Amino acid sequence: MEFFKNIFNILGKYHSYLLEGLGYTMLIALIGTVAGLFIGLITGVIRTIPQSKNKAVRVIQRIGNILINVYVEVFRGTPMMVQAMVIYWGFALLTDSTLSLIPAGIFIVSINTGAYMTEIVRGGIISIDKGQFEAAYSCGMNHFQAMCHVIIPQLMKNILPSVSNEFVINIKDTSVLNVIGVMELYYQATIILGTRWDLNSIFGVYLIICIMYLTMTFTVTRLLRLLEKKLTGSKNYTICGSQSDPNAEIRVKEGQ
Amino acid sequence: MSEAVITLDHLEKSFGTNAVLKDINLTVNRGEVISVIGSSGSGKSTMLRCINLLESPTGGDILYEGVSIRDKSVKLTEYRSKVAMVFQQFNLFNNMTALDNCVKPQMIVLKRTKEEATRIALEYIEKVGMSAYVNARPSQLSGGQKQRIAIARALSMNPDVILFDEPTSALDPEMVGEVLDVMQSLAKSGYTMIVVTHEMGFAREVSDRVIFMDGGYIVEEGTPEEIFKNATQERTRKFLSKVL
Ligand SMILES: Nc1ncnc2c1ncn2[C@@H]1O[C@H](COP(=O)(O)OP(=O)(O)OP(=O)(O)O)[C@@H](O)[C@H]1O
Ligand SMILES: [Mg+2]
Repeated sequence: MEFFKNIFNILGKYHSYLLEGLGYTMLIALIGTVAGLFIGLITGVIRTIPQSKNKAVRVIQRIGNILINVYVEVFRGTPMMVQAMVIYWGFALLTDSTLSLIPAGIFIVSINTGAYMTEIVRGGIISIDKGQFEAAYSCGMNHFQAMCHVIIPQLMKNILPSVSNEFVINIKDTSVLNVIGVMELYYQATIILGTRWDLNSIFGVYLIICIMYLTMTFTVTRLLRLLEKKLTGSKNYTICGSQSDPNAEIRVKEGQ
Repeated sequence: MSEAVITLDHLEKSFGTNAVLKDINLTVNRGEVISVIGSSGSGKSTMLRCINLLESPTGGDILYEGVSIRDKSVKLTEYRSKVAMVFQQFNLFNNMTALDNCVKPQMIVLKRTKEEATRIALEYIEKVGMSAYVNARPSQLSGGQKQRIAIARALSMNPDVILFDEPTSALDPEMVGEVLDVMQSLAKSGYTMIVVTHEMGFAREVSDRVIFMDGGYIVEEGTPEEIFKNATQERTRKFLSKVL
């Protein structure tokens, strides 16, 4: 009983802290995931540029690919918590000033997610039939047009599950940003606890944010599942029975 | 007088050390229908793919209306849009409806407005007898229907030449006819076509000129009559005796 009273106490007194933390967590995770996806798509476009016949251009392409590989290895091969520290304090050392916290958090999550997205997009592009590229090129599209109008739309459908997964991971992993003091949910918990060291409060606060994290990830997973279903598209189409009479339609179900 | 659209001038293509096209010389005149025959691996697809630059030639030259496509004045994407390709595996854009397959490339490459592109696309879709299926997605069409839309997509770009790489080889036998019929009507309406085919009936009846390829060379070329009745080369006769 004492325990529940304590929980309600905390909620009553500190709900604004908790909501602020939740807001920042969602904000950072959302922007970080979208920006990371964007990075992944850009690297995907760059990587698939057909080899140029021009020697100088080919060298630049080679260097570009190496840089992308280094980026991926570095950011996948180190913990985000450490990346946060290195970037934050590295910036402080170089410029004698500190990054503002929320943009710093967004930057770190974005660039970290970008490394994973690069690999996700690469896998997605590999799974698309080469004939799709060839058809686009043979129509006269350039590489960028082929990517934007033909490849990426198909790719998005294929990689959406992985992208959702990254989003959920990011919601949880923003918690490591507390090491540089970003006011996300986990950091708020430590603020709320302040100097209170009684077990009831400690357990209570962490239980509350635990449930809040779960609520966020669960909601996001469900929403993205819905989106996936929608993107898979309608399985029906309409045959125009007559060109003069739009009502003369025949509805067809796939697989008949 | 015939006017050359595409000229292959000592064209060569090697993949590493594997020389696939060795010395290809060919002039394609406007309005001409050329069938390319030859055994598997003789380089027929590679020749077509070089013509629209899906493969880059390793020697020789390609002239478009008399101008080398390596000339600075020639924009490669523009050249490609003048040379349409119909693939064995159809390669319709899977993210678009049948109609959009024909509309979008016009808008993207030729900068036509949506209205204009749609009007042109519908015209050609009707020509290939697919008007009823404009809203279908590629996965909802049969092979023959896909190939007819692919042909409509090629026509919508108003190309100077249409390349066909075994357009009926991936089709069930009962669908081969519908695609060949469309191609025959294109040939009659004056399109310039290069058709790699195993359909000897089509090569004999529809084409103006037949080309027999072997080992990376054009071994023999002539009218269907000349090739099918009076082939001069031993290799041509041997190939024909196997396929006829
Ligand atoms: N991308 C490639 N890399 C390496 N070798 C290739 C490549 N494409 C084709 N080849 C080789 O080139 C040769 C000719 O191939 P091509 O596809 O042009 O033959 P084809 O005449 O079209 O035969 P088919 O009737 O079987 O389609 C083959 O030996 C093939 O292995
Ligand atoms: Mg072939």
